[in-house]
Amino acid sequence: MFSGLINNFYETAAIIVFGIGFVTLLLNRNIIKKIIGFNFMDTAIYLFLASKGYISGRMAPILYNETTPTLTKYINPVPAGLVLTGIVVSVSFTAFFLAIAVRLYREYNTLDLHEIVSMMNKEENEE
Amino acid sequence: MSSFKEVINSFVEGTPNTDTVINVKEKRTYKHHEKSLTERLTSMIEKGESKGARNAYTVIAVIMAIVIIGCLIYTVSSLPPFGNPSNPANNEVVRKYIMDGIADTGAINFVAGMILDYRAFDTLGESTVLFIAASAVIILLFRKKTSAEEKAADIEEKIYEDKHDVILRHGALILVPFTLIFGIYVILNGHLSPGGGFSGGTIMGAALILYNLAFGDKSTKKFFNFKVYKVITIIALSFYAISKTYSFYTGANHIHSIIPKGIPGNLLSSGLILPLNICVGIVVACTMFGFYSLFDREEI
Repeated sequence: MFSGLINNFYETAAIIVFGIGFVTLLLNRNIIKKIIGFNFMDTAIYLFLASKGYISGRMAPILYNETTPTLTKYINPVPAGLVLTGIVVSVSFTAFFLAIAVRLYREYNTLDLHEIVSMMNKEENEE
Repeated sequence: MSSFKEVINSFVEGTPNTDTVINVKEKRTYKHHEKSLTERLTSMIEKGESKGARNAYTVIAVIMAIVIIGCLIYTVSSLPPFGNPSNPANNEVVRKYIMDGIADTGAINFVAGMILDYRAFDTLGESTVLFIAASAVIILLFRKKTSAEEKAADIEEKIYEDKHDVILRHGALILVPFTLIFGIYVILNGHLSPGGGFSGGTIMGAALILYNLAFGDKSTKKFFNFKVYKVITIIALSFYAISKTYSFYTGANHIHSIIPKGIPGNLLSSGLILPLNICVGIVVACTMFGFYSLFDREEI
């Protein structure tokens, strides 16, 4: 098992970063810290995809010094496109979450999720 | 206890009175600061929440995280070795994209050919996700200012806006044109070199943000306001969708497309990829600046 982990050290690092982000997302009560954890998980997935596309000794998939491409000269271009998609979606969702956090802070004057939930429950009970 | 006059005065001025509105306005008493342990405990006891539930949540969260990370680590340990050319990920799909890419799309950057030609509707979806996120942020944060609020904001801006910040203004004067040109270069060379609509658009958005920071709100509004944002973004997205629909329609029905491929490697080549990159770049630049401006002062 450990030789596999050492062979795939980029993927292992990606999983560790994913774990850090996941724990941050679950255990922090501050909304901004939750969003930071979410972004950690995104970044870990980009690292994983990019490392899956890499082939040792080859170049980035852009035609270089030749007119017809040689297959053995370039790395896998598919994960690059997937990472691009992921980055855009992550930016959009971060902006959306932050906007919701701004609205929640304006309404409840706190970023602590537990306090927000208990205040919401209290408001419901009053109604 | 406060007198009747004080209550009336506080009601007229809109400031919460501590005696009468304590129940309704209790949420206003919460301040944003890290609470000490004793404060947390007392607030917990006051609210009548059980500490056990939270402890259980923490324990379950940690166990769940450990289980998921363990499963993932175990899976990674049995993945095929890193960087090996005969890995199952490097299959006939890669072969198709690299060997036929130039003949099919005319772009020497295989990634650009893939995301803007083979899978162009995926990229349209991405741009639409960005557009919808910007719309959602506008819905959540956009505030039309009344004239009184506008006046107050103007006064505030006059106080905080330093007209004589020589370093910022001169630095921006030097940096903004070069940043804009670099962004345009990255967009226009998206099919020839690393880059493309998303990265170039982000660079252009950064240039716009720097301009706004240095020269203030009013000079930015002369060329970029909400109306311009709406028109530019919608035109770019519609052009993308229509041109790509045409391209897919002709391709699927084996009709000759009027869009020339050009010589691979030239700036004006690779069919629709260059205009689509420009569209995506415009959408991304507008959206980035829109995010900044909405989070900063709740308007575009």
